[in-house]
Amino acid sequence: MSGPIVQVENLSASYRKNKVLYDVSFEVQPGSLTGIVGPNGAGKSTLIKTMLQLHPILTGSVTFYGLPFKQAKKRIGYVPQRGSVDWDFPTNALDVVTMGLYGQIGWFKRPTSRHKQMAYEALEKMGMADYAERQISQLSGGQQQRVFLARALVQNADLYFMDEPLVGVDAATERAIMDILRELKAKGKTVMVVHHDLQTVEDYFDHVLLLNRTVLHHGMTEDVFTKENIAETYGGNMRWMGEERHHVVHSVQ
Amino acid sequence: MWSILSNSNTQWVLFSTMILGIAAGTIGCLAYWKRQNLMSDALSHAALPGVVIAFLLIGEKNLFILIIGAAMSALIGALFIQWITTSSRISEDTAMGMVLAVFYGLGIMLLTIANQSASGNQSGLDNFIYGQAAAMVRSDVITMLSLALFVIFIVFIGFKEWKLYLFDGNFAQGIGLSLNGMNTLYTIVLVITIVIGIQAVGVILMAALLIIPAVSARYWTHSFRNMLILSACLGGLAGAFGTLISTFGRGWPTGPFIVVVAAGFFILSLLFGKEKGLLIEYIQFKIYQKEQQALGNKLGEEGSK
Amino acid sequence: MSYTAWIILTASLVGLSCGIIGVFLILRKQAMMADAISHTVLLGIVLAYLVTKEVSGPSMLIGGILAGLLTAFLVQWLHSLDVQHDASMGIVFTTLFAIGVILIATSVGNAHLDVQHALMGEITFIPFHTISLPIIGEIPQATALLLVVFVIILFFIIAFYKEWKITAFDPALAASLGLPVLFLHYLFMSLVSITTVASFDAVGAIMVVAMLITPAASAYLWTDRLFMMLILSGVFGVVSAVLGYYVAAWIDTSISGSMAFMTGVIFIISFIFSPKHGLIAKHVRPVEEI
Repeated sequence: MSGPIVQVENLSASYRKNKVLYDVSFEVQPGSLTGIVGPNGAGKSTLIKTMLQLHPILTGSVTFYGLPFKQAKKRIGYVPQRGSVDWDFPTNALDVVTMGLYGQIGWFKRPTSRHKQMAYEALEKMGMADYAERQISQLSGGQQQRVFLARALVQNADLYFMDEPLVGVDAATERAIMDILRELKAKGKTVMVVHHDLQTVEDYFDHVLLLNRTVLHHGMTEDVFTKENIAETYGGNMRWMGEERHHVVHSVQ
Repeated sequence: MWSILSNSNTQWVLFSTMILGIAAGTIGCLAYWKRQNLMSDALSHAALPGVVIAFLLIGEKNLFILIIGAAMSALIGALFIQWITTSSRISEDTAMGMVLAVFYGLGIMLLTIANQSASGNQSGLDNFIYGQAAAMVRSDVITMLSLALFVIFIVFIGFKEWKLYLFDGNFAQGIGLSLNGMNTLYTIVLVITIVIGIQAVGVILMAALLIIPAVSARYWTHSFRNMLILSACLGGLAGAFGTLISTFGRGWPTGPFIVVVAAGFFILSLLFGKEKGLLIEYIQFKIYQKEQQALGNKLGEEGSK
Repeated sequence: MSYTAWIILTASLVGLSCGIIGVFLILRKQAMMADAISHTVLLGIVLAYLVTKEVSGPSMLIGGILAGLLTAFLVQWLHSLDVQHDASMGIVFTTLFAIGVILIATSVGNAHLDVQHALMGEITFIPFHTISLPIIGEIPQATALLLVVFVIILFFIIAFYKEWKITAFDPALAASLGLPVLFLHYLFMSLVSITTVASFDAVGAIMVVAMLITPAASAYLWTDRLFMMLILSGVFGVVSAVLGYYVAAWIDTSISGSMAFMTGVIFIISFIFSPKHGLIAKHVRPVEEI
C-alpha cells in the first residue's frame, strides 16, 4: 500500500476553554515508527486520544486508510498509559490480554480457548508466559507494561498508538518493548509512540513528530531531530529548554 | 407572613439557621478545595448512632449532649474511612459509602430500641433525621449559634493558613505549618458544622448545605477569599429562606426546603455565573467562533512563533 | 412457607442482587453513585405515585429507573461542565431527594407513602401483601418483584460479562475497541436503579447502600478473581441478611438496620483477617516480593 495511511488535517482540541492542540496537520507513511516528542503539556497524549475519538475533536479531521475512525478501528491498536487503569482490578495477566480481543469476539459471546491461546502467545512474545495466571496487582511496573503491549499485539492491528510505553519500566522491559516495536515495523506495521526521553529518540525511531500544541516539525529523524528544532519545540518553556538542551548536546555527540 | 416573623421563637430559629448556613457555606469551601465533597455526606450519616446513644444514656433530648454524641460518632466514622483507605486496597469513595450506610444502619437499630423504651420521645429524635428547625427551643438555638460562630471564627483567624493548606499542603508543611495539625483541625470544624446542622437540616441532607453553596460561589469568582464570602452568604440565605418557607405549612420539614433554595441558587449561578456560567460560556463561544472564522489560519502561525 | 422464611428469602434476594451489582459498582469506582441513586429513587417513586395514584410494583420500577437515569445523567452533565464529580453527585441527589420529601410532606400526605418507610424499609410487613401467581401460588408482592429483578440482573450480568469487565477495568481501551461505553454506563445505572427500587420495600433506601457496597468491598479483600468476587459478594450479602434478621429478632430492633450493620461486621472481619489483603496478613508479610 502506498501513500499516507494516517491523515490529520487542521486538528484542534481543547480542555474546556484551554486549547491544547491547534492546527495540527500531518501524514504518516506506512511502515514507519514515529516518536511523538514534546515538552510536558504539549498535548502528546491528547493528540492520540483525539485521533482515536477518546477526546472530542474541536475542528479538523482525521482519517485512517482514507476512512473515518469508526470504519478503520479494527485495524487500529491502542496502548493507554499504564497509570490510566487500576491494577488492583481482580483479574490476571492472561485475562487482560484477552480483553484486546473483545472487539472481535462480539456481543453475547464468551472468549473461547482459541482466544485464550492467542492471548497466551502474545504474552509469550513479551516474555511473560510464566506470568499468565499471575494477578495483575502482583506484577511489577515493567511487567504490567508488557501485558499492555501483549494486549495490543493480540489485536493484530496494522496501526498502533502507544502512550508513553517506556515510562517507569526497567531496562530489560524497555529493550523487550523496543524489539517488539522494531519487529512490528519489519512486518510493515505502523507505530506511533508518545515518547519523553530525548536521549533515546535517535536510536528508537525512524520518524519524529515534534509537538508543542501544534506540529512544529515532522519527518525522518536525521532531518528533523536537530538541536535547533528541539530548542524551538521546548522553547516556550525556558526552564525545560535549559535542561533538554543539555541532553541534546549529550546525545548528538 | 409577618405574624410568623414577629414570633420571637421563629426569629431566633431563622437567625440560627442563617448562621448555620454561613458556617456551612464557609466550611463547604474548605471541603470543596480539599476535594472531599461527599465526606460531609458520609459523616452526617455516621453521626446518627452517636445521637441515639447519647439520648439513650441521658434519657432526654438535650441538644448539647446529643451534639457531643453525634460528633464522637462522626469522628469515629472519619477515622474508619481514613484507616480503611490507607491500609487496604479499598478506595475512598467505597469506604465512605460503607461507613455511611453501616453507621446509619446501626443508628436505625438503636433508634428503634430508643423508640421502644418508655422515655423514647420519638418525634424529638426523628427530627434529627429529616431536620425540623421549628422544634428547636431557645437553649438549642444558643448551642447551635455559639458553635457555628466558633467555626466561622476558626476559619476567619487562620484564613491565610487555610488557603495555603488547601492550595498546596506540601508547601505549607515546608514553611512550618503542621499538616497533621491542619488535617485534624479541618476534620474537627467539618464535624462540628455537620452536627450542629443535623437538628435543622437532618442527617441526610446536611451534606447539601456544605456542597451546594461552595460550588455555586465558584461560578462568580476566582478568588478564594471572595468565594468563601459568597459561599457563606449563599449558605446563610438558603438557611434563612428555607426555614422561612417551611414555617408556612404544618409539620413541613426544614431540611428539604433549605436544600431546594440552595439548589435554586446553584441553578442561577450555573446559568448566569460570571466566571463559568452557561450563558457567559455560550456568548464567549460565539465570539470565539466568529474570531476563528475571521482569523482563519492566521492563528496557527501566530501561535507557533 | 412460614412468616420468618418469607422474610429471610426476601432479604436474601436483596443481599444476592445487591451483592452482584455492588461488585461492578465498586470496580467502576462509583460506590457513592449507589448512595445518590438510592436517595433519588424516592423522587421517582413519589412521582410514579402522583401519576398513577397507586402504589404498584411496575409503576414504582419505572419511576425508579427514570429517577436513577436522571440522576446518572445530571451527574454526568454537571461533571462535563467542570463541576467536581463528587460535588455534582452531592448537588444532584440531595436536591432530588429534597424535592421528593417535600412532595410527600405537602401533597401526597402520609396516606400511602411515607419517608420513614422508604428510608428504613418495613420488611416485617412484607409477608402480608401477597399476590398469587400461577404455579408458585401465593407469594408476597415484594418477594415476587425482587425475584423478577434478580433474574433480570443475572441475565444482564451474564450476557454482558466481558463488556462489564472491560469497561470497568479500562474504559479507554473499551472505547477504542468500539464498545458503547456510555450506553453501558447508563444500562448499568438502570440495573442499580431497579435493584434499589425492588429492595426499597424490604430494606429501605440507605440500607440498600450498605447492601450494595459493603459485601462487594469485603469480597474484594478476599479474592483477586472477578468471578470469585461476584460469588463471595453475593454470599456475604445473603449471610448479612440472614444474620441481620436473627440479631434483630434477638434484641428486638429494626431488621433492615441490623442487616446493614451485619454487612459492616463482615467487612471488619474481612478487613482484619482476610488472608490476602487483611491487616494481619499484611503485618505478617509486610513486603510482597515480586
